Amino acid sequence: MIGKLILRRLLVSIFILLAVSVVVFAATLLLPGDPARAILGQQATEERIAALNAELHLDRSPFERYFLWLGGLFVGDFGTSTTTGGPVIELLGDRISSSLVLMLCAAVIAVPVGIAIGIFSALHRGKRRDQVVTWSTLTLAALPEFVIGIALVTLFATSVFRILPAVTMSPPGQQVWELPAQLILPTLTLALVVIPYIIRMMRATMAEVMDSGFVEMARLKGVSERQVIFRHALPHAIGPVAQVVAIQLAWLAGGVVVVEYLFRYPGIGQALIDAVTFRDVQVVQAISIIIAAVYVVVNLLADIAGILANPKLRSAS
Amino acid sequence: MSTVDLNPGSVGDDLKESATRPSRLVARIWAQKQGKVGVILTAFIVILALAGPLLAPLVTGYSPTEFADRPFQTTGIFGTDNLGRSVASRFLAGGLLLLAYSVLATALGLVVGCVIGMVAGYAGGKTDSIIMRLNDVVLAFPQLVLALLAIVVLGPQGWVLVTVIGLTHAPRVARVARAATLGVTSEDYIRAAEMYAMPRARILSREIFPNITGPLCVEAGLRLTYSIGAIASLSFLGLGMQPPTADWGLMINENRIALSIQPWGVILPVIAIAILTIGTNLLADAIARATASTNVETS
Repeated sequence: MIGKLILRRLLVSIFILLAVSVVVFAATLLLPGDPARAILGQQATEERIAALNAELHLDRSPFERYFLWLGGLFVGDFGTSTTTGGPVIELLGDRISSSLVLMLCAAVIAVPVGIAIGIFSALHRGKRRDQVVTWSTLTLAALPEFVIGIALVTLFATSVFRILPAVTMSPPGQQVWELPAQLILPTLTLALVVIPYIIRMMRATMAEVMDSGFVEMARLKGVSERQVIFRHALPHAIGPVAQVVAIQLAWLAGGVVVVEYLFRYPGIGQALIDAVTFRDVQVVQAISIIIAAVYVVVNLLADIAGILANPKLRSAS
Repeated sequence: MSTVDLNPGSVGDDLKESATRPSRLVARIWAQKQGKVGVILTAFIVILALAGPLLAPLVTGYSPTEFADRPFQTTGIFGTDNLGRSVASRFLAGGLLLLAYSVLATALGLVVGCVIGMVAGYAGGKTDSIIMRLNDVVLAFPQLVLALLAIVVLGPQGWVLVTVIGLTHAPRVARVARAATLGVTSEDYIRAAEMYAMPRARILSREIFPNITGPLCVEAGLRLTYSIGAIASLSFLGLGMQPPTADWGLMINENRIALSIQPWGVILPVIAIAILTIGTNLLADAIARATASTNVETS
């Protein structure tokens, strides 16, 4: 029963990824212009262009090209960048790990803090503290990420305090995490964007559970309030929150784009903006596929976790 | 969400009135703190954005694209920007396009999403699952990435921005519209309409649509918030509005290198965008509360 559900969910994810790859590939076919000429420059001879076209498979039919491109993705061949002339994977290698570090830091901060504030808010429901939390989350949830980022830069890097770097300087050969001070503001920005959703969901489920019969029962039996909250209520409230956490983590994959651009952080988001600006199609394709893949995989994991955690399905097997 | 059943017949005449009727809805929104603050904040920025382009030359003495002084000076009301244009003038003129594009994108997303969702929900079966799977494909792209993909192919033109942001809203609206439609399709009045052999298009537009306006209003508020954020973000990335347009997002992009010496060129548009999005989001929240007690599930 559980195995079947997970298998079905897996197949749906694979189907979605394939469909995504078709969409991304079709976008390039619509594009005017000549990649070989873009790489070789205006003075290139017809023979050299023809040779490069053959090398890049551009002389084949779109149908063949799609499958060659798709096959390449599986062995880490993301094509050739038209701006650098080199393979895309060389351009992206370090950037992917930099972005993952950023996402991971943001998640590690946002998830526990969001859950803690959500519980706090639910336990003080209707009181002043709860209202403060509710208004803050409504406000934060509305703000685009660059607004939060610029507010933080103004506060901590330029105008009010000057204690943190406003942009990331990465000397060649050095990884971003070797200079942790530069990670603080981008991480904080991403964390502040996802936290409100986690808080709101945690507050809602926790408030509902605290009203339920078994919590009242535990209280009547004289269980201490701390135990009621952490042993009885929390395990029941956390399930739906896991879904929201997953959606937010998946959002981070796309959310890094603006934040990386704002802080000049050397990740895939910044690379995507550069590639869009220079119309470097192969790089845009590669990054779109990577981001969509992260998005789909995180959602898949969340759904599998949801299936495994659902007591109704567990007892049915 | 609570689903208080306002079943006609079982309640008194005064309760028969739909909670989503325009006058009632406005009163219910205004009765809440969130609603009041949201309306005031939104109205403030909307008036600023609408009247700004007319006021700009009168207040500052310069048009938004006119040279006023050397770049990044503090002369005039809010100083000058990176090309020596008046920040105050560009700020006043910079909200109209953002607002217009956001409203258009939201409207497009609502109409397309609503039609897709209602058809999927009402038709059910194969049609439903095919539509919803296709929906999932679009949902697999973060909104901004899909917008960037479209901009690479079609260039950063106004209609591209509106269309792509609107269409990325559509599957999200469709989910809500479908859920709401499923909530009413089993009602007696739908069965009655089917029994009279009312055409399906008429059932959708006359019987179902008026009964799912509650959740759709909430979606409208939310989607407007996200549209403003998305379009401002694209302009901030230099891939939305193009120079020399006066636009808040673009202003931030142009002037952020001088944040420490001449902050007004960044701070003013950031604050305006912040107030606008907070206002529309509070409004969406107030609408959600105001419509929560109709017999349509708002999930």
